[in-house]
Amino acid sequence: MTTLLMIGTRKGLFLARSYDRLSWSLDGPHFATNAVYAAAIDPRPAVGGGLPRLLAGADSEHWGPSVFRSDDFGASWQETEGGAIRFPTDTGEALVRTWQLRPAGADQPGRVWAGVEPAALFRSDDGGETFSLVESLWDHPHRERWMPGGGGLCLHTVMPHATDPDRMLVGVSAAGVYRTDDGGASWEASNTGIDAWHDPNPHPEFGQCVHKFDGQRDRPDQLFLQNHGGVYRSDDFGATWTAIGETLPADFGFPVAAHPHRAGTAYVYPLVKDAHRMPPEDRSRIYRTTDAGESWQPLADGLPQQHSYVSVLRDALCTDDADPAGVYFGTRSGEVFASADEGASWTSIVRHLPDVLVVRAAQLP
Amino acid sequence: MTPADAAVHLRVPASLRTYAGGSSGVDVDLTELGDRRTIGGLLDHLAVTHPDLERRIRDEQRRLRRHVNLFLGNDNVRDLSEQDTPLAAGVEVAVMPAVSGG
Repeated sequence: MTTLLMIGTRKGLFLARSYDRLSWSLDGPHFATNAVYAAAIDPRPAVGGGLPRLLAGADSEHWGPSVFRSDDFGASWQETEGGAIRFPTDTGEALVRTWQLRPAGADQPGRVWAGVEPAALFRSDDGGETFSLVESLWDHPHRERWMPGGGGLCLHTVMPHATDPDRMLVGVSAAGVYRTDDGGASWEASNTGIDAWHDPNPHPEFGQCVHKFDGQRDRPDQLFLQNHGGVYRSDDFGATWTAIGETLPADFGFPVAAHPHRAGTAYVYPLVKDAHRMPPEDRSRIYRTTDAGESWQPLADGLPQQHSYVSVLRDALCTDDADPAGVYFGTRSGEVFASADEGASWTSIVRHLPDVLVVRAAQLP
Repeated sequence: MTPADAAVHLRVPASLRTYAGGSSGVDVDLTELGDRRTIGGLLDHLAVTHPDLERRIRDEQRRLRRHVNLFLGNDNVRDLSEQDTPLAAGVEVAVMPAVSGG
């Protein structure tokens, strides 16, 4: 079985393939010079004509952003007329970038969510060919007071509930987590328990600088979240959050990835906060919890253990859907590491790429 | 007046030729623009005939993209009247990517 790894970088998309997750072949760049912040592998056969569909958000600094799709594993790409995501005229806004492309569950064939900048949620019901603005979130009274993070005012995370299509969370920098329980008809801030160290009120209703959150299918209400400062877990699908980062060497960072099918297991890449933003002790280590954040274990076998100053962006850490799970991350200095044994050991599979912005992996049929 | 004399030639860089039918440019007869013989009228016309080209020049609010320049002869239309800049028969409008990026 082939594992496909999509690697979105600041100057294009690369595709890595492996039969054993140890040796890899690489092709690309696709969309050369375009920044690829969003990538997705949609496994639902109803979407891609029987094959998984690849989606990529490619942003040309000159010619603007577009969403592309491929139904032949990247051999060819199609672009929807109009570029797929466009703000309605009456908003007065124009798309800056697609930050997130997220296929919904198997019970919603064709539905794909897109998180974009300026912060907004778009929905597709045709597999990512066309999108429409989710106006209920756009019209939220908080939106005019949302403040941009360093990456811009972006909706960077979309997390549909694994079993209940009416429930979904989104993450906005730096507004925090928002939640719907009625299929997107209404939204409320969902940041209870998450600190806002940069705010005079440490527990505001919204305004948290949430960097990323992720969950797994076997316990869909359990989520892990990397905040600007602090790592958190929720056991009620984001209604409340509990700090779990106290025993990490640093609780700052950008990405977090949940194990695809083992509840309680998640991965982070700690950085020394806040003005330093490089790995503790200048050693690159993924930290893994297998007990829902009670404890964390450093995973360093195969990773640079001296003079390592690399950082990992919010979407540049992921797992595949295999058992044992593969874990992958790409660095801002253009190197991608892969683990075929759930993080116990790592192999550098490619170096000298442009800055890695996003990785996504899946086994192909 | 010959048909060529009545046209505006929109010249595009190599990276946009895919969206101009593989050509280095698009000729638009001024009469097609009605009473909007301006840069904006030309781009509105392009939005109908070559939408994938037009949206690479303007965003969905019909604003010129920040890192795209349009030159009428030697003049950047931003130094003229931008999209209200009038067009005369026989002129060339060049689409140029700004010098930017890393």
